[in-house]
Amino acid sequence: MTGKRYGMSIDIDRCTGCGACMVACAVENNVPPAPEGATDRKGITWMRVFPVDNGRDGPDRKSVFVPMLCQQCGQDAPCVSVCPQQAVQVDPATGIVGQMPERCLGCRYCMAACPYHARYFNWWDPAWPAGMEKTLNPNVAPRMRGVVEKCNFCHGRWHAAKERAVGRGAREIDPADYVPACVEACPTAAIRFGDLNDPRSPVAQAAQQSGSFRLLEKLGTEPKIYYHSAREWVREIGRAPAGKEQVHG
Amino acid sequence: MKHRSTYVFLSGVLIALGAGWAGFPYAIYESRPQPVDFSHKVHTGAGGMKCDDCHQLRPDGTFAGIPRLEKCAGCHAAAMGSTAEEKQFIDGYVTPKREVAWSVYARQPGNVYFPHGAHVKQAGLSCERCHGKHGQTETLRPYQEDRISGYSRDIWRGLTMGDCVACHEQHGIGQQGCLDCHK
Repeated sequence: MTGKRYGMSIDIDRCTGCGACMVACAVENNVPPAPEGATDRKGITWMRVFPVDNGRDGPDRKSVFVPMLCQQCGQDAPCVSVCPQQAVQVDPATGIVGQMPERCLGCRYCMAACPYHARYFNWWDPAWPAGMEKTLNPNVAPRMRGVVEKCNFCHGRWHAAKERAVGRGAREIDPADYVPACVEACPTAAIRFGDLNDPRSPVAQAAQQSGSFRLLEKLGTEPKIYYHSAREWVREIGRAPAGKEQVHG
Repeated sequence: MKHRSTYVFLSGVLIALGAGWAGFPYAIYESRPQPVDFSHKVHTGAGGMKCDDCHQLRPDGTFAGIPRLEKCAGCHAAAMGSTAEEKQFIDGYVTPKREVAWSVYARQPGNVYFPHGAHVKQAGLSCERCHGKHGQTETLRPYQEDRISGYSRDIWRGLTMGDCVACHEQHGIGQQGCLDCHK
């Protein structure tokens, strides 16, 4: 089970902005409802759909929805190099950038370093409305106040997939067993997931497709999330050209 | 006396150290008996049963842990022997269909992911490698719970993260990611 490099492809042209991925993500990963007093930056949204437009008015105005999550950078992930606690690690077996809440001291250097604003700080202890704790996912441990968290490609599902493989007596997981919650929930199949090292996987093929791009590629962070749009202005936003202000919703 | 204050100080240190060393382990753990005095030895010895006759892997590879009452009732719907413990168990749990609230000695903290299947089925480890001679015990000793953390005391008896890592390194299963065993 070595040599995997899990990645995602997101077709912006197919995203309707429904937010099903955001809900599925929070439920799967035991992210509690935002407490009263949570602001836009204090809430926790491992997956978040941003409305983005081309900055023009009237009939020239065009807009799209961009699902944003941890871009799962390569070996030189900015969050890994700044962490004083070695609490962030690029898993050698899967390429998944993992966050260890037990090691995190809450300094939030990683949040400052992340060019994608994909990391979130627990400003409060997690709390669920009475009765809702019964819906918690046993494969994911809730995080405590004072630590940073982020998308880890639904790592609990990776564990479950490995266990199913053992149950079958197989050494390799069935790719169909390991699908993150956002991918499963997307009604337009805009998000796809798979092993980028496997040339037959739909994600590896989507990454090679024309119109495919990664966010802020010039930074050299080597993200494993590949976006796609047939429209040039959308791809340009992904590059964040100098001198142009990006509009975020 | 020339060094009186020194002796007083040193004896104070010794008393405090002794109390901490000897008393703290008792003070920190809350002890409670198991609800049923279950004998593993009766089942694995004369009964001739194996661990996985009751503690099974589910078809999806997950571990079922301590069996539910249904499994016990499969044999003990009526008394098989003549012991008072068995009669109490049948009257108190099997007949009223009340699940037994066992305390699990080896229960790990919530952020630990331990797949039994990978260790037992794939790597072929024996149950005793981690659980010792639990299957040969005649009685269930009291469950000791850390008053602060709520964890079982047994975790410190060969089930710590250090123990996991040591075994993995010994068998060349190094270079692991943290999230391999944490969730």
